[in-house]
Amino acid sequence: MQLARKAWYIFDKDIRQEYKTRYSVNAILLFAVVTLVAVSFSIGTFGASPDIKSALLWIVLFFSAMSGLAHIFVREEEKHTADTLKLLASPTSIFLGKFIFNLVLFVVLQLIIVPLFFAVMDFSVNGVSTFLIILILGSIGLSAGATIIAAIISKASAKGALFTVLAFPILLPVIVAGISGTKIAVNESNIMAAASEIQMLFAYSVVIITGSVLLFDFVWKD
Amino acid sequence: MLSKIWKLALFFWMSMVIIGAFLWAPLAQGLGEYTRILYFHVPTAWVTVLAFLISAVYSALYLRKRDIVLDKRAEVASQLGFIFCILATITGSVWAKMSWGSFWNWDPRETSIFILLLIYAAYFALRSAIEHPERRATLGSVYSLLAFITVPFFVFIVPRVYASLHPDPLINPQGKINMDGKMLTVFLASLFGFTVIFLWMFKTKLDLVSIKMSIKKREI
Repeated sequence: MQLARKAWYIFDKDIRQEYKTRYSVNAILLFAVVTLVAVSFSIGTFGASPDIKSALLWIVLFFSAMSGLAHIFVREEEKHTADTLKLLASPTSIFLGKFIFNLVLFVVLQLIIVPLFFAVMDFSVNGVSTFLIILILGSIGLSAGATIIAAIISKASAKGALFTVLAFPILLPVIVAGISGTKIAVNESNIMAAASEIQMLFAYSVVIITGSVLLFDFVWKD
Repeated sequence: MLSKIWKLALFFWMSMVIIGAFLWAPLAQGLGEYTRILYFHVPTAWVTVLAFLISAVYSALYLRKRDIVLDKRAEVASQLGFIFCILATITGSVWAKMSWGSFWNWDPRETSIFILLLIYAAYFALRSAIEHPERRATLGSVYSLLAFITVPFFVFIVPRVYASLHPDPLINPQGKINMDGKMLTVFLASLFGFTVIFLWMFKTKLDLVSIKMSIKKREI
């Protein structure tokens, strides 16, 4: 319980800080809109099959995540607030707080981008519940992976380019399962049709969150 | 003297493997001469995974004991693993051209080996972006372990979920080895030979690294 409350404090602090500058929200949203417009403009509304559109949706989501989710740790390093934070809270609570922040940020992004994608790409799904579950589990896995990679690259030089390079191989299971699950959701309304994708996303989320919590101590105390 | 005998024995062993692979072992039923690449492709892929495992083990040990030598071992294992990964990719691609008709078509197995290449490359990119040696070692180790826990998804889960055309003579769902006796002999001999070559390279490279480190210490 202590841990949950501390994680909540960290989350609360980051939300307040974000509210002051709105850097991450603005960057990630504009980036996502620009990517979506570029995709939509170059393909046209009716030009692509649902399979291609499913893949494009996840590519837009992935690169938008890459544009903004690293900021959570880079900010601490750039403003030299990381050391104070080290004194105040345990690594696990910091990781969980920042992970929840990234998750919320990413879900907010999806609330705007996904309906927009449906509208401009003339995209529709039969299995709405399948699609939502895939999206939620995918967001959890993606933001957990992105958070630990953000912690790693915040201590390196050439942060921006490195973030995508390091995150892509780690996050690819999510993208692969997400695309495949979305393709199934387009055609099938039965949720069991995407059972293996859902299992894979769930297993991935559990593994990556556990691994990140264990490894984050070493990154943070360095 | 002993080490010389040992190297000569390895030379003859590998020569026998090459001769056996091309001349002695029979062809797989219904398939052409190109199947002989199996004796070189599978061992390189196996060594890739082995090097990846060794690198992860030394990374974990480094995080526990904070000895920079352990990190060097992890790095050397990764470097050699990268070379073998390239070899496995190329031999696999050649085989794919002969048997499926194109060098590359994103079969789940091709995807997983490509991801392994990407992980190795990202690991080196991360290491080159950090100047402080201990910080480089720590973050490199963390990334190596993080990659290690996601690799099972590519190697085992993705090819199971999505149908792959890749033949699986060693680890298949039925748990059977469907190879002729002679083929199996050559195959296992090759697997052993490649593993010994890898360990030898690993040791040589480590000796080189320790010599470099001692020279640096003397300069200081």
